[in-house]
Amino acid sequence: MMRANFLVAGVGGQGTLLAADLIALAGVAAGLDVKKSEVHGMAQRGGSVISQVRWAEEVFSPLIPQGEVDYLLAFERLEALRYTHWLRPGGVALINDYRIPPLVVSAGLMPYPGEEVQAAAFASANRVLVPAMALAQQAGSARVNNVVLIGALARFLPIGATVWEEVIRRRVPERTTAMNLEAFHQGWAYIDERGLGWNGA
Amino acid sequence: MKQLLSGNQALARGAWEAGVAVAAGYPGTPSTEILETLAPMPGVYAEWSPNEKVALDVAIGAAYAGQRAMAVMKHVGLNVAADALFYAAMTGLEAGLVIAVADDPGMHSSQGEQDSRRYAKFARVPCLEPSDSQEAKKMVGLAFALSEAFDTPVMVRLTTRISHSSSLVTLGPDRPLEANSTPRPYRIDAPKYVMVPAYARQRHPVMEERIVRLAEYANTLEVNRLEWGDRRLGIVSCGVAYQYAREVFPGASFLRLGMTYPIPARLVAEFAQGVERLIVLEELDPFLEEEIRLLGIPCEGKSIFPAVGEFTPEQVRDCAQRAGLLPVSPEPRAAPIANLPPRPPVLCPGCPHRPVYITLRKLKVVVNGDIGCYTLGFAPPLSAVHSTGCMGASIGVAHGVAKAGITQKNVAVIGDSTFLHAGIPALLNIAYNGGKTVTIILDNRTTAMTGHQDHPGTGHTLQGQPAPPVHLETLVRALGIRYVATVDPYDLETLERTLRAYLEIDEPAVLIASRPCALLPEVRFKRAPMAVRAEACLGCGLCLSLGCPALSQSATHQAQNGRPVAEIDPLLCAGCGICQQLCPAQAVSPQEGEEVRR
Repeated sequence: MMRANFLVAGVGGQGTLLAADLIALAGVAAGLDVKKSEVHGMAQRGGSVISQVRWAEEVFSPLIPQGEVDYLLAFERLEALRYTHWLRPGGVALINDYRIPPLVVSAGLMPYPGEEVQAAAFASANRVLVPAMALAQQAGSARVNNVVLIGALARFLPIGATVWEEVIRRRVPERTTAMNLEAFHQGWAYIDERGLGWNGA
Repeated sequence: MKQLLSGNQALARGAWEAGVAVAAGYPGTPSTEILETLAPMPGVYAEWSPNEKVALDVAIGAAYAGQRAMAVMKHVGLNVAADALFYAAMTGLEAGLVIAVADDPGMHSSQGEQDSRRYAKFARVPCLEPSDSQEAKKMVGLAFALSEAFDTPVMVRLTTRISHSSSLVTLGPDRPLEANSTPRPYRIDAPKYVMVPAYARQRHPVMEERIVRLAEYANTLEVNRLEWGDRRLGIVSCGVAYQYAREVFPGASFLRLGMTYPIPARLVAEFAQGVERLIVLEELDPFLEEEIRLLGIPCEGKSIFPAVGEFTPEQVRDCAQRAGLLPVSPEPRAAPIANLPPRPPVLCPGCPHRPVYITLRKLKVVVNGDIGCYTLGFAPPLSAVHSTGCMGASIGVAHGVAKAGITQKNVAVIGDSTFLHAGIPALLNIAYNGGKTVTIILDNRTTAMTGHQDHPGTGHTLQGQPAPPVHLETLVRALGIRYVATVDPYDLETLERTLRAYLEIDEPAVLIASRPCALLPEVRFKRAPMAVRAEACLGCGLCLSLGCPALSQSATHQAQNGRPVAEIDPLLCAGCGICQQLCPAQAVSPQEGEEVRR
């Protein structure tokens, strides 16, 4: 029986809630017990936001204990850094290669963390930078970058792409279905082409 | 088939299955989605009331009329509704009345983290606490049944983590469409429902006797559950804390309390006798701990686990290890990366509140603020909100500040929904008592912070019916205020001129800054984004003092003075043009032909 913990991190308004929904619904479709936890309200106004999803035979806590995240899905590079300590050793971090400077950075008061900080932060994890904005634009709109990352994540999990496609069809507005499915496949292919992801073992 | 539902969605579904006929509330994180989920369900009347006290009165009225009714609010909303809670606890009802209250441990979106169970005990009403979505659905049905069996309002207490966590729920049958559709005659019973002192004296003993019977009945309730495991450690828990207990103490013995007030004395005693060490694991106040001690049973709780903030599983584990309840983990957990740039919530690009705050900052006035998105104006670089307490407080506080007298000028700043919630009596007070305070109503045509709910000013009800939108200027004039003006906050010059004039007159005045929230679908992405001409930018940084997420320093430096020039992220910019109006070098202008990119 499979169990996995997912942490979705981003900036309010980036579509983290939809991404967490898709992960949760895919777990349900795979016959697992699922809990999903998220934050609404004030924090969503351009601040750091996280959602959490847990898959297992039976899930108790809706919150993942720190250090037990298997998959970190980050929609922005700085937000990925904020949650490195939640990853278990050997966990996978899928990071949108995209920067949104917070106000302290855009006002010139603090630097945005450099590449060396970012590489060192994930020394004990598997970090994959995904050009999700560019891939989303190929799918039709930068706004579906969240589903590109879902496609990348799906390639790491032993659930067939058809399950994810069905979940996407059920969850997104009908007029955006084709674009979202294309975004999913862009993300999936990005991982697949690099020989990464689940190898069937 | 099982569905993945949030605690809020599940509670709404449970209320519907249980035949709720009337539901009322006021939006408030984390409770908002309960009524939003219930409103489209067939056979239900659901409304956003102007505030929680009105909502609870409405629900009480429906229950007096013999229909199952529910009031929905966040924890601080229950402060507003407390007066109604107490008389309903005295009178009882003709049909079930449930008060769904969502607490916010950790204050994700609140000014405090008070524990609503205290209100249950204060008003002698039973309190149920689900531990997941399935229980949220089930307990609301139980709450209606208890309400009718014991003639009492029943509180169902959620917390943020229950409200906004989703788990699998087995749905019950859809309710028959004809349920509760038949009007009944209003049953006249003055001694029960007219709380004049003579009758109230008769009702108080009824209330006290009722809670004793409920405490006895609690011993038989299925939601209060003994789960025997290793008898060396016994944990009493409730709500989401019970899930953390299951996660952190596999194999221990548990007493899961689904009803946390009144507690089941015999069950607690049996559990205490059956275990070596009795621990209470509960978020916020030591409520169960105190109740158990009152039974004369020693236990440990807040000496081990914190009474502030939201629990997390690793925190529960750490505390348990320190108290010797668990062996100490061999390896310390990884630490977070230090000194990362913080990213607190901010006013959105294009937010119509921002120009009001930069004007107030420029005029150096003291700002007594209120509850809503616009509270975020407190943060640098705006730093333009200087007090925030509760819904509607701004106007009364500003009046008190002015009557006491200070060396600066001060204003009240309040949102449209908040003004209609609790601001009207405070403004009436200024007019009545010769105040001279300027009140600014930030009228963004919605209840923005909680996710765009309608209110009496928007022209629509919760169930999508057209409604007469309250006319703020007329309302304000009717209170006795003679100086009232509505301005577009995107027009910086008019905004500043009007505000300066109002600060000088010897009368109270109201400035209505009216412009829809930039996130509303009818205005979102409708304006061309702005762009900075790098060669014209002086690098003065004035635009950066707006605190707009779309503006930042670029890597390009100004040729003469070497300062970084500003740039605008076209994906984030809402095209409000405030930075364009502010720029001393006319370096900002709309990007041509960009309207349709999003």
